Amino acid sequence: MAPAQVDFVPLIPTIVVTVTALAVLLLGLWLRGEQGIWLAAVSIAGLVAALVFLLGLAGPAVSERRAAFDGMIVADNLSTFFGAVALVIAILTILLSEHVLLIERFSQGEYYALVLLTTVGMLVLTAATDLIVLILGLEILSISLYVLTGFARGRLGSEEAALKYFLLGAFALGFLVYGSALVYGATGTTTFGQIANVLRAPGASSPLLLIGLGLLLVGFGFKLSFVPFHMWTPDVYEGAPSAVTGFMAVGTKAAVFGSLLRILTEAFPALRAEWAAVLWLLAILTMILGNFAAIAQRNVKRMLAYSSIAQAGYIVLAVIAADPLGRAGVMFYVLAYTFMNLGAFAVVVAVADRGDVGTTLDHYVGLARRSPILALAMGVFMLSLAGVPPTAGFMAKLFVFTAAVRAGYVDLAIIGVLTSAVATFYYLRVIVAMYMSAPAEEPAPAPALRVPGPLLALLVIALVATFGLGIFPAVTGDLVGGTLALAK
Amino acid sequence: MIAPLSYYLILSAVLFSIGVVGVLVRRNPLVMFMSIELMLNAANLTFVAFSRYFNTIQGQIVVFFILTIAAAEVVVGLAIIVSIFRSKATIDVDQVASLKG
Repeated sequence: MAPAQVDFVPLIPTIVVTVTALAVLLLGLWLRGEQGIWLAAVSIAGLVAALVFLLGLAGPAVSERRAAFDGMIVADNLSTFFGAVALVIAILTILLSEHVLLIERFSQGEYYALVLLTTVGMLVLTAATDLIVLILGLEILSISLYVLTGFARGRLGSEEAALKYFLLGAFALGFLVYGSALVYGATGTTTFGQIANVLRAPGASSPLLLIGLGLLLVGFGFKLSFVPFHMWTPDVYEGAPSAVTGFMAVGTKAAVFGSLLRILTEAFPALRAEWAAVLWLLAILTMILGNFAAIAQRNVKRMLAYSSIAQAGYIVLAVIAADPLGRAGVMFYVLAYTFMNLGAFAVVVAVADRGDVGTTLDHYVGLARRSPILALAMGVFMLSLAGVPPTAGFMAKLFVFTAAVRAGYVDLAIIGVLTSAVATFYYLRVIVAMYMSAPAEEPAPAPALRVPGPLLALLVIALVATFGLGIFPAVTGDLVGGTLALAK
Repeated sequence: MIAPLSYYLILSAVLFSIGVVGVLVRRNPLVMFMSIELMLNAANLTFVAFSRYFNTIQGQIVVFFILTIAAAEVVVGLAIIVSIFRSKATIDVDQVASLKG
């Protein structure tokens, strides 16, 4: 037997982030309070270094595949793109959290280390081409997030959210692991490429395999909060500290969708009819229920939770299409969602007081007078989430609906467009509250809001990206292969 | 005499089902968590049984990884449960419901 092929190069970005996490954890013992800004600086430096390695590794030939560790992980177009998105999300999250950590007196070293470790999980997950590495990455991601969700110790909402997230997350893990075991039993291997090879033979499909695939999809459904596996999402999003909610909403979506796309197209292309049928049903339920449930919400964080469920429903359309255009659609949507959703959460963080008080719609009434910048930014993010041109959200929706129609799923695209119209209602309600409602009767006008520096930087980046991706979608270039195919 | 593969598969399927039902009907997080462990161990048994059947080592190695992951989950999960018990003096999931939904 040939010795295992060991190639550490595709792992360099992961290693860099891991080492940074450990360094930050140690430094956090000495740097406290105001000095915590150095921890943020070290974390961002580590993430930028990892980003440089990741993109440098990809080099000019992004689409070239480089497998390592006997095909257990790869560096390719997909892993580079979603890895880069994960690193950008982590950088933005640190900008988002810096000010929160100070006013909430959170332990900064541990917080940044956990954010970095979650990012490690995302990098591993998106590069995984073996069921066991996939589960490993998913758990590095999830376990760190359980802790982050409960980070506001002593605040009951946060602890409760952590418990719910943990129980449901572990439940989902059970399905994923048992599904993997059945797939292993049906094919005799856990590596994606070999599973596909086995399934290429005629008559390779068996009940065991189908049950295994179904259980895997249930596990993914929990992690991506598809209806009917979404019950935990609103509670967890509401209870977790706002900065963590923003991170988890975009972070898990980016990494887990990357992984779902990979496993379905690389391991189970032979079963496309089966998984497409399951996802078809989940997509319809998710789009309809996510959007209609969001209408009833008065709490902005809860509304954004249901909105994230609905957005996941749109991304699934592109996953079902599964052709190059669909792949590009998933990538573009995830990228656009990252900026517009993290931007919206930056505003939520800025508006909320200590202890995450002040996240209901009433607190947004008259925001345009208290802080014109925040109101303007929130307005843009809401319009982008609703899918109004010329924002990133519009291009993203155009992408996934086009992909769905080209792949023959006209019914899904129609439901998508109709539910988007419903969604406009609750997104616009935030804008109406900010600009057009007068505060009932206010004894003294609320003081103007001061926006801390890092948060302002994040808002500017998110705004530029939201408009940039909306007006020049081609900037994503080679990474989103097939972006230009839309224009033809 | 070696028991045939199907015995192990049926046993693990039963264990997995008991775990799923346990999570859904029990209200104590500790018991729910024990049920989740049951689900993971059902998967482990399946991996080992198939590994033996195929005569490869791969499935048995997977079990080591899953055991480690489960251990890490226990650490975090019990910490969360203890922290809730401190502030609420109960861990019944029906009473830990300040978030509506």
